[in-house]
Amino acid sequence: MNTSAEPNAVDITGLSRKFGPKLALNQVSLQVRRGRVFGLVGANGAGKTTLIKHVLGRLKAESGLVRVFGFDPVADPVAVLSRVGYLSENRDLPAWMRVDELLRYTAAFYPKWDIAYAEELREQFGLDPRAKIKTLSRGEHAKAGLLIALAYRPELLLLDEPSSGLDPVVRRDILEAIIRTVADEGRTVFFSSHLLEEVERVADDLAMMFNGKVVLAGALDDVKESHHRLVFRFDSPQQTTPKVPGVLSLTGGGQEWTAICNGKRDEAVAAAARVGGMVVSEDSPSLDEIFVAWAGTKTE
Amino acid sequence: MQLHVSTSDGVPLYLQIANQVKYLVASGRLVPGDEVPPIRVLAHQLLINPNTVARAYLELEREGVVHKRHGSGTYVSDAGSPLARKERLRIISERVDVLLAEARHLNVEPLELLKVIKERSQSIQPKETK
Repeated sequence: MNTSAEPNAVDITGLSRKFGPKLALNQVSLQVRRGRVFGLVGANGAGKTTLIKHVLGRLKAESGLVRVFGFDPVADPVAVLSRVGYLSENRDLPAWMRVDELLRYTAAFYPKWDIAYAEELREQFGLDPRAKIKTLSRGEHAKAGLLIALAYRPELLLLDEPSSGLDPVVRRDILEAIIRTVADEGRTVFFSSHLLEEVERVADDLAMMFNGKVVLAGALDDVKESHHRLVFRFDSPQQTTPKVPGVLSLTGGGQEWTAICNGKRDEAVAAAARVGGMVVSEDSPSLDEIFVAWAGTKTE
Repeated sequence: MQLHVSTSDGVPLYLQIANQVKYLVASGRLVPGDEVPPIRVLAHQLLINPNTVARAYLELEREGVVHKRHGSGTYVSDAGSPLARKERLRIISERVDVLLAEARHLNVEPLELLKVIKERSQSIQPKETK
């Protein structure tokens, strides 16, 4: 919980949500601090979109608390939505409109809409103002959605899987937009992604979700520095996975096995030594490897 | 200044940047008085978070590799030389460790390895003009 005078961009405490018998969100707590880029990581179905819908006030918290800049998104949607630029996963834009109509239409909702900035982005993204939305390519469609999320310079840019299914050129535009958003006046970005490479590039902080639960959250650098990759060599080939308690994952075969561990490096080394494993190399895993290691742990 | 960062590497991005700047200073491609790119410019060029670049510069400043001039920018420091030497040795030690590990796997004794290094050094000498 944030107790300082300036509330966090997003503050979620103990949020749970059920869809029928399925627990979509299970006691989720996270804080998105102002001026930071927060990456929400998880496989499809982990609960990322459900979480984002709570931030937007499209779903009401069944239990727990959601605050955006200190406001309740369900009770005070105007206060929240006027501060948030949102790009949805399926980018639901009106198909029958032309690009220039979409811009005029959206501008009408936002007093702070910046016509010059919108025009600059339109040119940068190579969008034809007279093109109908339904004729746009997938990448152009995404860029149009991003444009209308950015053009009123929201305090919080909220992106749900922004680069899902897009080519590298469009993904680059999206990353540039994120970087520009934080570089300008220290605004905040909250985005979900399953592309760890992008999260690693642009995020200050991250949370990893599995089955509706946040299993790991923190500053990206701290997360990276607290995880270790250890390669063990055993005296004899191991027919089954050796028992090394305390590691997140252990993969390999024969005499060499690779472990990913979180923090408890010395314990892992001692545990491996008891079953005949010696450390032959040690380095830092990539975020991708950390994610895979956590995905393999039993999270109920 | 051309830097490259890799996210498949386990090393945090800010450290990759700091290490590469140190490497450029150690190898003489950046000399005292040179300006390093502004944070936003480098963030945009590398397509990474500007806070990460800021952290790398802070690290470099703390170690005395670069310094800020108020209101103008960040420059490579004069007092770079003792650190540069230490840094050069650090970089080369890492490579030597890898080489030694490989030599051990291939059953090549350190003395034999030393002989190979000398031989190779002599054979590439003529090509290496400074």
